[in-house]
Amino acid sequence: MAGLHKSEISNPVLNWIDSRLPIFTMIQKEYGVFPTPRNFNYFWNFGALAMINLVIMIATGIFLAMNYTPHATMAFDSVERIMRDVNNGWLLRYVHANGASMFFIVVYIHMLRSLYYGSYKAPRELLWILGVIILLLMMATAFMGYVLPWGQMSYWGATVITNLFSAFPIVGESIVTWLWGGYSVDNATLNRFFSLHYLLPFVLVGVVFLHVAALHVTGSNNPLGIDVKTPQDTLPFHPYYTMKDSVGICVYLLVFAILVFFAPNYLGHSDNYIPANPLVTPAHIVPEWYFLPFYAILRSVPDKLGGVLLMFGSIGVLAVLPWLDTSPVRSASFRPVYRILFWVLVLACVVLGIAGGKPAEGVWVWLSRVATAYYFLHFLVILPILGKFERPLPLPESISRAVLGRDGGFGGGGGGLMPGGAVAKPMEKA
Amino acid sequence: MNFVRVVAAAALLAFAVPASANAAAEEIKFPPQNWSFSGPFGTFDRASAQRGFQVYSEVCAACHTVKQAYYRDLKGIGLEPKEIEAIAAAVTIADIGDDGQPMERPGRPSDRFRSPFPNERAARAAYNGAYPADLSVIVKARAGGADQLYSLLVGYDKPPADMKIGDGLYYNKYFTGHQIAMPAPLSDGQVEYADGTRASVEQMSRDVTTFFAYIAEPESEVRKRLGVKVVLFLLFMTGITYAVKRRVWADVH
Repeated sequence: MAGLHKSEISNPVLNWIDSRLPIFTMIQKEYGVFPTPRNFNYFWNFGALAMINLVIMIATGIFLAMNYTPHATMAFDSVERIMRDVNNGWLLRYVHANGASMFFIVVYIHMLRSLYYGSYKAPRELLWILGVIILLLMMATAFMGYVLPWGQMSYWGATVITNLFSAFPIVGESIVTWLWGGYSVDNATLNRFFSLHYLLPFVLVGVVFLHVAALHVTGSNNPLGIDVKTPQDTLPFHPYYTMKDSVGICVYLLVFAILVFFAPNYLGHSDNYIPANPLVTPAHIVPEWYFLPFYAILRSVPDKLGGVLLMFGSIGVLAVLPWLDTSPVRSASFRPVYRILFWVLVLACVVLGIAGGKPAEGVWVWLSRVATAYYFLHFLVILPILGKFERPLPLPESISRAVLGRDGGFGGGGGGLMPGGAVAKPMEKA
Repeated sequence: MNFVRVVAAAALLAFAVPASANAAAEEIKFPPQNWSFSGPFGTFDRASAQRGFQVYSEVCAACHTVKQAYYRDLKGIGLEPKEIEAIAAAVTIADIGDDGQPMERPGRPSDRFRSPFPNERAARAAYNGAYPADLSVIVKARAGGADQLYSLLVGYDKPPADMKIGDGLYYNKYFTGHQIAMPAPLSDGQVEYADGTRASVEQMSRDVTTFFAYIAEPESEVRKRLGVKVVLFLLFMTGITYAVKRRVWADVH
């Protein structure tokens, strides 16, 4: 059978397909027996959670788009129609709106996990950079999605954020006019935002695929941050991590459900239930909560262009982080100084988040300046130097030794290549 | 698991941020009221919401639109189909007749609440340039929610001696800037409740707020009921999934 893949799937129909297009073999290899470090904690759930969240967003979004009207005079009413007249439309919309918040919660925790355990370091630099691109795409998508209900915060948020581009010399004003499709945020803006809001998630799917593909080349990092050395250090992905991820998914859905059913507007802004009015500016224009730290960085600089550059720079430094952090040790568990500074960074981000929601005056301006300064110092100055001076704690010899406290032994049986029962059953039923 | 605990705390803190951020815009504190519809098991007090509908019909509807609501929505505050038909039929709706000419006809349950004026410009011409807000989602459109609406309705008072009130404006304790274009809409005994409830300003305000809380979120009771089932199911699933996970992992720990 020249040219056919030699499939081990026993079901004849699946075998016929698999011989010609070995997707079942691939799934088995990448998600069945895929060797995964045996010492993940629950923070390694968040990648899977983000994937699920993306699927939920696309699924609810497609059905919302069937009922939404992207027109400046009809958008607000069409959203209310979804809430009142479309069967379970309120559920679709609240899942989608709160899903955006859940997505950022999940992705921010996913990123903090990477920062703490050094997952961005060699050989996972490209994996991390793809993650930063995912974050940027998410931010663009979320921002444009928030404009669609065409409430006061939609309209004024869009005005403020698009106007940022006017800070660039010479071409700035033209860029803004081009983004708007006119001389103010109006129907043309709403139309293109709707179009892009529908497009970008599918671009996101593509980049997520690359992110996962890159992960499956290098393999996952782990809480100890040391490389997998022997098969004793790993477990097959299924059933161990499919099961552990399932626990995380249940808890995640629980939090999600509590938001959707009992506090659906808690994370939103009440002003967005007022139809957009170009003649009335809200007292305080604030973005959605997940943009507040960036908003605070933007406003911490008295100069508009400086603020815009700093805001984009805050994500830019993340992209080059693998080369800024000079320490060869990945996990903060073995970096006594970095471990403390990591929490200082988290504190700075939380301060920025709070300050971003307050009027830019008094103590909040200074707090956001201090926090912004620390954010950039942390990445641009401290991390490059720290790696050279910090004395890391001794690293464990291997994952299995650290986890099991003995040489590659297993609770149940001998120290073979795979523990008894730990080998995933070949996928007979797909 | 120190990292786990601190992250959990940080996540909680981050959750508290948007609430405090939104609150920052509102310096006026609205005394919290005890609402029948608040909390995860809250339902709308039907009698109060129906009295509130009466207040809306006899007072608010003179100036304010409620564009998103249909007469059929009144089913959710306990009115019978026959009553709803009668209420709808009592209003005149502008429409286009079979001959293509403008005409008026009695309302139907499928009609939206009748607007007191044909368009915004007509409203501004009639109300001294001011535009009475649409009340469809007013309870969701204010940071203080039902408490804020209630406070505003009972918040009319004599202005402090040192305060100069602008022309055509009225003093209100709970309005931003304390000067509001809407004259006090309610006065004691303004409506006559069929169930004999005394129509004090507080009572009418409470009833009409309950009504508008319903109109803002007609799905609220269904949502919470479904939510209880979903959360119970997920609690069960979390438990059983965790048990299976422990079982699966038992041989490698």
